[in-house]
Amino acid sequence: MSYEVPIERGKIREFARATQSRNPAYDDADAVIPPTFLTTAQNFWATGTHPIMDLGFELARLLHGEEEYEFFGPPPHAGQTLTVSSRLADRWEKEGKRGGVMRFARIVTEYRDADGGLVAEQRSTLVETGRAPEKES
Amino acid sequence: MADTTADTNAIDVGTEAEPRTFGPLTRTDIVRYAGASGDFNPIHHDEFFATGAGFPTVFSIGMFQAALLATFATDWLGPEAIRRFTVRFKEQVWPGDELTCTGVISAVEDTPEGRKVEAELTCTRQTGGVAISGSASFLVPA
Repeated sequence: MSYEVPIERGKIREFARATQSRNPAYDDADAVIPPTFLTTAQNFWATGTHPIMDLGFELARLLHGEEEYEFFGPPPHAGQTLTVSSRLADRWEKEGKRGGVMRFARIVTEYRDADGGLVAEQRSTLVETGRAPEKES
Repeated sequence: MADTTADTNAIDVGTEAEPRTFGPLTRTDIVRYAGASGDFNPIHHDEFFATGAGFPTVFSIGMFQAALLATFATDWLGPEAIRRFTVRFKEQVWPGDELTCTGVISAVEDTPEGRKVEAELTCTRQTGGVAISGSASFLVPA
């Protein structure tokens, strides 16, 4: 599954304001994206199903463990259109401290420019807790 | 493009950024981030939903405090220079929290492309509990 994401100046400005940045680099006509801006790509542009859906994780017990963005040059700029694809890269289990089995999944999302070059990679680690999240600290 | 990058001469292992405190965070701050990011999980803005799920009230979106830490980091070492940003989610963040971001340089390497800088980053609640531990890599022009 892949989909296209236009990197939009107004959306960058909105994101920068919401994350309390007044850095002029996020205001220019060719504004650079803030480091975690690509989270908007999945929330606004994704089509099809997210790889996590195939695992049968219970959403009520799903937590965000880690998130990593790597950029293979300066981060993308307003005006670019990126092609995005996500895949399940790894999965594992371990015994929870408070009982139950914790299940982990690492999802890798690639962002490619118009020439097909890899400009960014996002690695997300999701956790299904052994119990409901409110039982965890 | 305005150059907001730190003075590269001031970058060395052990160099600390001037800490920045965000908040006290309001529900409006959380909702504003929800709108900007597109994350409308009701647990983060709907009081009835959150209390119905057993929480005392709504709590912040993990990616919001991650983004505040990113704001802090790129104000320090440059939005164009960042090459990696990694966060691990630790404690939940609640309305009224004050979050203090700190950073320290952990490695520096001079290369033909520029100065590779590794930074350790932390976002700490007013309780002293760590909300986010993170790290980032920058390629700062020589």
